[in-house]
Amino acid sequence: MPAVSYDSVEVGTELPAGQYRVGRGDLIRYAGASGDFNPIHWNERIARSVGLPNVIAHGMYTMALAGRTLTDWTGDPGSVREFGVRFTKPVPVPDDDAGAEVVVTARVTQKLDDRQVRVDLVATCAGEKVLGQARAVVALP
Amino acid sequence: MPLDPSYVGRSYPPGEPYEVGREKIREFADAIADPNPVYRDRAAAQKLGYPDVIAPPTFPMVITATSSQRLLFDPELGLDYGRMVHGEQRFVHNRPIRAGDRLAAALTVDSIRSIAGNEILGTKTELRDADGELVVTAYATLIVRGPEG
Repeated sequence: MPAVSYDSVEVGTELPAGQYRVGRGDLIRYAGASGDFNPIHWNERIARSVGLPNVIAHGMYTMALAGRTLTDWTGDPGSVREFGVRFTKPVPVPDDDAGAEVVVTARVTQKLDDRQVRVDLVATCAGEKVLGQARAVVALP
Repeated sequence: MPLDPSYVGRSYPPGEPYEVGREKIREFADAIADPNPVYRDRAAAQKLGYPDVIAPPTFPMVITATSSQRLLFDPELGLDYGRMVHGEQRFVHNRPIRAGDRLAAALTVDSIRSIAGNEILGTKTELRDADGELVVTAYATLIVRGPEG
């Protein structure tokens, strides 16, 4: 685990970026684990019938990937005090071996009291921003 | 179809508490492909000062998705579930959820707005443990797309 501490970071510190592959099987598994069985996440016919370009990832799946960028950085998932996102664009997941790729970058934007920092995240898929106003407050040792 | 604005401020008291299982946390961590041992190994969690394995930051959705169904499928509200998309989600964690927690979910309708033909529903769900302590507050914004949208 990287030894991140409140004193070792400053405004502008970049978190290690995350790159995550998302395939159809991942969405099926997430549907089962989360209980969100909306067919737009696993049925291409239904996804297209409601105007989507393809099956799309659960917004909460993309949020979880962004969350991982935070928790991999601190090593302690309990350090995440606040975490919020806006779902701005869907992540289409094609029916092939490559799937989609979500890239998450993040940086410290503010040092708060009580050894907490504010982190802004950017998540993109195929160059398009898929999360808006993705922000977190994280406690550091 | 507009949502019934009289629902703003309405609260749904908790039903039966959700019991957080160690294997459910593992299943969820597997589903988000996160190998962190703190989600699976009690000793690893204890090393960080937790009594048992803890859950990923977005895990509360497993609980709130179920507890919000009473509202979303309330025929009087008039929500067309097939046109609903998730607009925003935010969690405020007082402490991480952990295996063995019994969490009661109380939901409040925060806002109902109509913007550009879409209906926008804001909810707040508080998850409290068996001692009544607030563990997580989850804020969701749900968008019901209008006929043109």
